[in-house]
Amino acid sequence: MARMPADTHCPYCALQCGMTVGGAGTVAPREFPTNRGGLCQKGWTAGSLLSHPDRLTTPLVDGVPASWDSAIGHVADRIRDLQAAYGPDSVAVFGGGGLTNEKAYLLGRFARVALGTSQIDYNGRFCMSSAAAAGNRAFGIDRGLPFPVTDLDDAEVVVLAGANVAETMPPLMGHLTGARLVVVDPRRTPTAERAVAAGGLHLQPVPGTDLVLALGLLHAAVTEGLVDRAFVEQRTSGFDDAWRLAAQWWPERAERACGVAATDMRTVVSWLAGSARRYVLTARGAEQHAHGVDTVTAWINLSLALGLPGTPGSGFGTITGQGNGQGGREHGQKADQLPGYRRIDDPAARAHVAAVWGVDADSLPGPGRSAVELIDAIGTPGGPRALLVFGSNLRVSAPDAARVAAKLDALDLLVVADFLPGETARRADVVLPVAQWAEEEGTLTNLEGRVLRRRRALDPPPGVRTDLDVITGLAAALGFGGFPTTPRAVFDELRAASAGGPADYSGITWDRLDAGEALHWPCPEPGHPGTPRLFLDRFAHPDGRARLVPVDHVPAAELPDDPYPLRATTGRVLVHYQSGAQTRRVEELAAVVPDVFVEVHPDTAARAGLVDGAWARVESRRGRVLARVRCVLSVRPDTVFLPFHFGDGQAANLLTNPVLDPVSRMPEFKVAAVRLLPVSGEAVSA
Amino acid sequence: MRRIVVVGNGMVGARFADEVRRRGGARLTVVGAESHPAYNRVLLSTVLAGGVAPSAIALQPTGWAADHGIDVRSGVAATSIDPVARTVTCSDGALLRYDDLVLATGSRAWLPPVPGLPGPGVVPFRDLDDCLAILDMARPGARLAVLGGGLLGLEAARGLAARGVEVTVVHPAGHLMERQLDAGAGAVLADVVDRLGVRLLVGVGAVSWAPGVGLTCDDGSLLAVDGLVVAAGVRAETGLAADAGARVDRGIVVDDRLAASLPDVHAIGDCAQHDGAPPGLVQPGWEQAAVLADLLTGADPAARYRGTRAVTRLKARGVDLTAVGDVHAEDDDATELLRLTDSRRGRYAKLALRDDRVVGGIMIGFPDAAASVIQLHDTGSPAPSDRLALLLGRALPGEATPTADPGRLPAAAVVCRCNTVTKGALVTAWRSGATDLGALRTATRAGTGCGSCAATVEGICGWLAATDAPADPAPPQLQERHFPAAQLQESAVPAGRDGPTTQDDEPAHDYDREGAA
Repeated sequence: MARMPADTHCPYCALQCGMTVGGAGTVAPREFPTNRGGLCQKGWTAGSLLSHPDRLTTPLVDGVPASWDSAIGHVADRIRDLQAAYGPDSVAVFGGGGLTNEKAYLLGRFARVALGTSQIDYNGRFCMSSAAAAGNRAFGIDRGLPFPVTDLDDAEVVVLAGANVAETMPPLMGHLTGARLVVVDPRRTPTAERAVAAGGLHLQPVPGTDLVLALGLLHAAVTEGLVDRAFVEQRTSGFDDAWRLAAQWWPERAERACGVAATDMRTVVSWLAGSARRYVLTARGAEQHAHGVDTVTAWINLSLALGLPGTPGSGFGTITGQGNGQGGREHGQKADQLPGYRRIDDPAARAHVAAVWGVDADSLPGPGRSAVELIDAIGTPGGPRALLVFGSNLRVSAPDAARVAAKLDALDLLVVADFLPGETARRADVVLPVAQWAEEEGTLTNLEGRVLRRRRALDPPPGVRTDLDVITGLAAALGFGGFPTTPRAVFDELRAASAGGPADYSGITWDRLDAGEALHWPCPEPGHPGTPRLFLDRFAHPDGRARLVPVDHVPAAELPDDPYPLRATTGRVLVHYQSGAQTRRVEELAAVVPDVFVEVHPDTAARAGLVDGAWARVESRRGRVLARVRCVLSVRPDTVFLPFHFGDGQAANLLTNPVLDPVSRMPEFKVAAVRLLPVSGEAVSA
Repeated sequence: MRRIVVVGNGMVGARFADEVRRRGGARLTVVGAESHPAYNRVLLSTVLAGGVAPSAIALQPTGWAADHGIDVRSGVAATSIDPVARTVTCSDGALLRYDDLVLATGSRAWLPPVPGLPGPGVVPFRDLDDCLAILDMARPGARLAVLGGGLLGLEAARGLAARGVEVTVVHPAGHLMERQLDAGAGAVLADVVDRLGVRLLVGVGAVSWAPGVGLTCDDGSLLAVDGLVVAAGVRAETGLAADAGARVDRGIVVDDRLAASLPDVHAIGDCAQHDGAPPGLVQPGWEQAAVLADLLTGADPAARYRGTRAVTRLKARGVDLTAVGDVHAEDDDATELLRLTDSRRGRYAKLALRDDRVVGGIMIGFPDAAASVIQLHDTGSPAPSDRLALLLGRALPGEATPTADPGRLPAAAVVCRCNTVTKGALVTAWRSGATDLGALRTATRAGTGCGSCAATVEGICGWLAATDAPADPAPPQLQERHFPAAQLQESAVPAGRDGPTTQDDEPAHDYDREGAA
């Protein structure tokens, strides 16, 4: 069916740049507040995957092409058998932050109702969980940016704590041109370069010491007399307890632990306090730690002490990563959550959602395992025996990848819905080919909490179904025929399920969105204009106050030692997205960064007997990666960096430490102890 | 449960109590001679400078001890120990039995043998009461002398000067902070401190103090001041331990288990003497507190205290001073010495390296370099081969910033990072007919991401227009997602790395990049 070009949004990150996709899959940028007509190379080339030769177009059962009916029937039979033998929790579901709101929501309902399993979690656990937990704890609600991105245009000072937006979210940089930037990153990233070039600062802490830096900043804010006393008094609680711990981190002591000069700490707080419009934004660099929640909390404490959150023209926020990383964490694909950002252990929330679903509240399972724990439980008594994966490539994205691979291989049944044969799909028992972004309808919620329409520009190839079709089909095959079938109907059900919850979508309709309304949640009734800016009057805790939570430094779980003397940190490059299953298949992107590399300071490389461009073996206690050496001065001599977008023997997550944050269950992606060894050319090709 | 009695509720004693609380498994009694609840002594100079209120430096919240079932007795001093009976007698008459005794009695201010000391108008600078007494004297316009130009004396003087006090530091040694600085650094520091409005008398000793008159010095001068702050050093508080028969030298001698020479008696912090612990700093005491808590609660019976590397940081606004390790190291066969003196700008940097490791350093006015030096010294990591960058940090002039002249930009330089567009790709697109800004953007997507390269792209466009007529008049093949092969090749080279530096695409007259200023 020929279609008109569709105004939709990029398939990749949470900035959700506006784009127009033509019927042949051609991409053109579109004016939209977040990207203002800009696209990065990933967005520009997104269309090439629609007709990629690797595209999955036929269901596969044990590697053999099968009809949809037989594939769905096979999966349903296996689920029934396993659940009959081992109970409902023997079947687990793994979702993703790239799934539309409709899919994320329906996946949660499918798990809780059709499967009756508590075992559902998603890859946002690896992404936003620490920021989300810290935001909830401090503000009573978690919306990544509680203000529109365009508010940043007028900022005078912006602190980016562990954010490399010049590479991960390039058009966002267009909103930061007027501000003095402070970039906190162990590497001199392109974002950090921009900060320095424009008169800002790059603070380069030792990986795993971001929390100390934030404590040092709070200390400096107090002793320099820069705390906004009136704000603290009127709008917050807990300052004294937070200060008591920060009092023990005078800048000179913090400096010793984190390596950032005490003078720079004083400069940063004086810039923040001396400006009327200032923001502190965190991203994965601050969050992907075994103490990520506390690290984000430390930045929030600083922001609150200086009076940023809930103040027009200023604020604290976290930069959501995945395309629907925001909506995906609100509607029930998280182990402890029901739609509308409700808690699954809250009786009132269970009653409300059960009523929408037409089931008895007591029939809903309780909280399940978080992502890493869910994977870890595979092969253990009471652990999952089947795993249904939607929108995730966890063989690449989960920490300690070798262990993940072994766990997945130990499953009785692995079902993967995907549109390309990613590393996880390639090892699945059943592969279900699904539609891509330009072939489907739905909504996503971007990094600023604005709900956006994804629109269909072309039909999926023959043989391909949407994720929603797959979920509804599986539910029906399991005897649950009442699931809504169109994305619009799913969204209307989501609205009802979210009504009254923290992330209330009940007033948002597709018609309003299609009419061009800019709607940020919460939007609790049909005529409600949405909430572009949260917290202006009150924070979401019952007393209306934001909470400073006392936090203290805890060293990284694994520190360098003699056998593993370097700190490895992982991250992203501009031309690849997440596990790279998509972008590695785009010729133009793969040409820029074809293989995993390891950034090494030239001195460190020389000591390891490595030269620029050579292959090196990077080893941790958990695994080894072959990576091409890049000698750069932009990384600390005690630190090496690897992007995590590559699979198999190039997966940086072979090295990472699966130790978890006690609150968010976020793994420690950002610090692992490693060593570097040279590799001969033959060894690489062997 | 083991009964642990802690004598001393200062930064180290209180820290130890908290470390034990976190681990559990012991009953704690803490006696402290000061009447205040435990407070952060390190912040006293900040209190003096007005950075924080005296009420805001408490280490623990009100009710902390009661909440955790810890018996804290403030204003109570221990008067004697009976190591046989395992008891401590207190100034309030109480007798405390212990299974383990932890001495964290700290140190006391040392008053030099100068007539008039102690006496009216004289305040040592050691504890919170001292601090309050000094604040009482520190009215704007008041004249105060500080006896002692060490770390504490200078921090006090700087804070007082900021309060509008007329301050003179009297320092008998040859240069300031002679324990932590060599003479060159001392001289630079003197310049810096002088410029901050603190008067210095270096190499001058005090002869006598007379209240209402002032301080007579050994150069014959009389300093007419209203008060005298003494910061001439401290002595470990060891009397209690010595009386009980413990081995005492400069401090209570302890081993790596922090054990004193009496059974089940331990000492930590300033009162203890451990070969690896530099005196007068809080960090060793805190590390000792953690080790001892591990040992006494059984949390880690293998825990040992092996020492702390000395790092001195002066906390005084307007002065950034760091000293680590062997500050007096000089050039010899085994030692590599780097030194820069920039007196006019108040900067001094000295680094001593052995076997490629930093073994000592003094940095004044190089804050970010100092932060790196501290880490290298702490971790014992090899020092960067770029010694100049190590010594100077950000003060090292960078290489000439990328030229603004588009003609001199190498072809492989990535102009638009968002779309990996090199200068070479722009030149190629131009020659394929994209001969204005809009066409260049459409052909290459340069500038269509974050937009920050717009000016550079415009500059290259202007340069091409001025220097290079299109070589190929054929209409451009500018479909969406079309990329000239040459550009892909260029793009394969990551930014700023080992890319080809040939300038084949450049107009021929503009190749002498080396000639650029």
